[in-house]
Amino acid sequence: MKKTMTFAAALLAASVLSGMASAKTLVYCSEASPANFDPGTTTGGNDFDASSRTVYSRLVEFKHGGTEVEPGLADKWEISDDGLVYTFHLHPGVKFQTTDYFKPTRDLNADDVVFSFDRQFNKQNPWNGDKYLPNLTWDYYTGMDMPKYVAKWEKVDDLTVKLTLTEPNAPMLANLGMDFASIVSKEYADQLQKDGKMADFSTKPIGTGPFQFVDYQLDSVIRYAAHPDYFKGKEKIDDLVFAITPDATARIQKVLAGECDVAPYPNPADLATIKANKDVTLLDQAGLNIGYMSYNTTIPPLDKAEVRHALNQAIDREALIKSLFQDAGATPAQNLIPPTMWSWDKDVKFDSYNPDAAKKVLEAAGLKEIQLWASDRVRPYNPNFQRAAELIQADWAKVGVKAEIVNYEWTKYRAEGKKKDRPGAFQIGWTGDNGDPDNFFATLFACSAIGVSNYSSWCDKDFEDLIQKAKKTSDQAERTKLYEQAQVIFAKEAPAFLLAHSQVYAVVRNNVSGFKMDPLGIHRFDGVDKAE
Amino acid sequence: MLRYLLNKFALLIPTLVGITICAFAFVRLLPGDPILAMAGEHGVAPARYEELKQQFGFNLPIWEQYARYVGEVATGDFGVSISSKRPVLEEFKTLFPATLELSFFAMVFAMVIGIPAGIFAAVKRGSWFDQSLMGTALVGYSMPIFWWGLLLIIFFSGYLGWTPVSGRIGLQFFFKPITGFMTIDSLLYGKWDAFRSALSHLVLPAIVLGTIPLAVIARQTRSAMLEVLGEDYVRTARAKGLSAARVIGVHALRNALIPVVTTIGLQVGTLLAGAILTETIFAWPGIGKWMVDSIFKRDYVVVQSGLLLIALIVMAVNLIVDVLYAVINPRIRAA
Repeated sequence: MKKTMTFAAALLAASVLSGMASAKTLVYCSEASPANFDPGTTTGGNDFDASSRTVYSRLVEFKHGGTEVEPGLADKWEISDDGLVYTFHLHPGVKFQTTDYFKPTRDLNADDVVFSFDRQFNKQNPWNGDKYLPNLTWDYYTGMDMPKYVAKWEKVDDLTVKLTLTEPNAPMLANLGMDFASIVSKEYADQLQKDGKMADFSTKPIGTGPFQFVDYQLDSVIRYAAHPDYFKGKEKIDDLVFAITPDATARIQKVLAGECDVAPYPNPADLATIKANKDVTLLDQAGLNIGYMSYNTTIPPLDKAEVRHALNQAIDREALIKSLFQDAGATPAQNLIPPTMWSWDKDVKFDSYNPDAAKKVLEAAGLKEIQLWASDRVRPYNPNFQRAAELIQADWAKVGVKAEIVNYEWTKYRAEGKKKDRPGAFQIGWTGDNGDPDNFFATLFACSAIGVSNYSSWCDKDFEDLIQKAKKTSDQAERTKLYEQAQVIFAKEAPAFLLAHSQVYAVVRNNVSGFKMDPLGIHRFDGVDKAE
Repeated sequence: MLRYLLNKFALLIPTLVGITICAFAFVRLLPGDPILAMAGEHGVAPARYEELKQQFGFNLPIWEQYARYVGEVATGDFGVSISSKRPVLEEFKTLFPATLELSFFAMVFAMVIGIPAGIFAAVKRGSWFDQSLMGTALVGYSMPIFWWGLLLIIFFSGYLGWTPVSGRIGLQFFFKPITGFMTIDSLLYGKWDAFRSALSHLVLPAIVLGTIPLAVIARQTRSAMLEVLGEDYVRTARAKGLSAARVIGVHALRNALIPVVTTIGLQVGTLLAGAILTETIFAWPGIGKWMVDSIFKRDYVVVQSGLLLIALIVMAVNLIVDVLYAVINPRIRAA
């Protein structure tokens, strides 16, 4: 009996000790291996989940679960009246991560910020080219037109950085919250350069973010630990593990079996199984994208808004979306921007299905034939251009318009489609970058985008004035008003048929709290907790 | 023997040239311009496009690109991955042990079940066992790996909870690779529970990958046994009054195994092809999954060099089989 008691006591002690020692581990079943851990050099959402959103921070951040910009490493900032000079005040005492491969001797300062951007454009910077990694393209830096807008980055003092622009550009602030704008450690870079191990910068990251890098087994597992000195406070999870699981069905089985806690992108066919399971929750949200079909507004009779409206009204959009997206579902688009984006105008409505009214207008306008463009590629905002074209063709046939489907391979498709004199209706779409409305309105429908990405060749003076003004205004409330007016004009002029914003899903075990769907399509684990 | 070997080596050269041409041509036959494909919806400014074309060497005439590529490969330079920027050969070396380990266990599974089943079917020729086994083998041979893998996961891991869904080892085990083989490394570190975890993770993928070789081996063993069982020396052995077990196990099997061994050697190609799908389903960090990822990422360098490296391995194994065959059967050397 005594023996049993002793044994029981020992067992109890052991379990208490092990309970104390057991770290809180969150396992995320990610969809693909990251290319590397330097977010300036990569482009994939999975790359960013594994690097910028875990290891790094930025001057400004996006609100968790939203597209609004909030303070990050910069506590506050001022924008000059002419909109050309941005002065950022850095949070004092921000620590870089201490690991077995780097021990920082100083806190974050302005040098790190200047270096983080300088390396992406300055050809003289040793980190810009082949010395660091071969074939670097800095895709996002150039893709977001940073070289056009940035005149210079300057250190004012240790905790103050000044950015001067070549022309006012309000979306710049949102750009600085993007992954490519992650702040890296200059001290670490210098050390690696001295040691002749520059490539390590992309495989053993050091940042100021919520989690620090521990280990990566190629194509298999990435391990992180909570950054103990994270400037916003240590995370509640101790260990974060990315178990790389490319197959969507296997990913969901892993969540259901409790082998991982969170998994993105389930197969539409598995949604019913997930919903029926009591241990997990299915999260969904309209993605930061839009599928649409541009009419060439310069070629009669498509130059008349009423004709474009009639073509829109002739399409049974509900049936079209159902047929294209099936179980995955999609949010029918009311506006060019998705409802998760700030400035989305809930009062603006898209044309409703009304073939009878459409027929009268189209007959009067004499529109008998039209080209309808389709390509072979599966895009998030349109899983099947060809199928969509066939359904629209059938709908238009009912109102007396004969559509001829024009097919090209994806790259040629876009090259032909963007030509100013391309006839007919062209199916395309867009996935947003930085959550700024400008990234949709100006990129897709500014007059200057004709021949580039304005597939409607639409140049409306009122609309253009509004979006250009919004681009130069730094006050967000003011900008919101301008974009709301722009949406009204867009709905009135109908330069395009708006299809939908595709739905994005994630599966989370019920003992996980604080995980939010993110309109920017990223997966963040700061603020996430897990009950045992 | 030397002449035979030289002959075999000489034959490898045109094969090798053919493979480099195929690997090179394949990635260029994929529709779309690689640079535009990488750019997505953003597109790329014309000036930037020219710059990138030059950077990647796509502006050179096609024969010059090929000559460059062959020159690099000949010096052991398999290029640098476009997406990860790491040398392709380095990634290949890191990932190949995983594929090898999975293939090995798949082969063990295929042999341990396939050979006895084939023998038994031959001995009981025409019985219900023989017929159902051959029927099952045909089904196994025609099984789509993707469907089969997911079915096993959903049933054994999801419904019954017997095996882990995917991965190579439980996430709680974490050690630096020594050999790159989880089963060996876990033992080298003296971690028995890690070893058990690695084995349990191997069960389903090994079964899935081993299914086609299993079917082939079972059928091959059966037909080889049938042939041998009709030979005079087997009849003689029987006539001498030897036990049935001894006749089948010693006299017949040893001779029947020769074509079976060849079949096993030739299954290496099947295994590597099957690994592409199996590894993708089971999140197995080997070269198959690596190739699929690279195709999705339009990482042309990895696809091109990966194809070549895999082909080299298949060629090497075939050469070894040829040589072994010559060692076993001297008549072949003269031929």
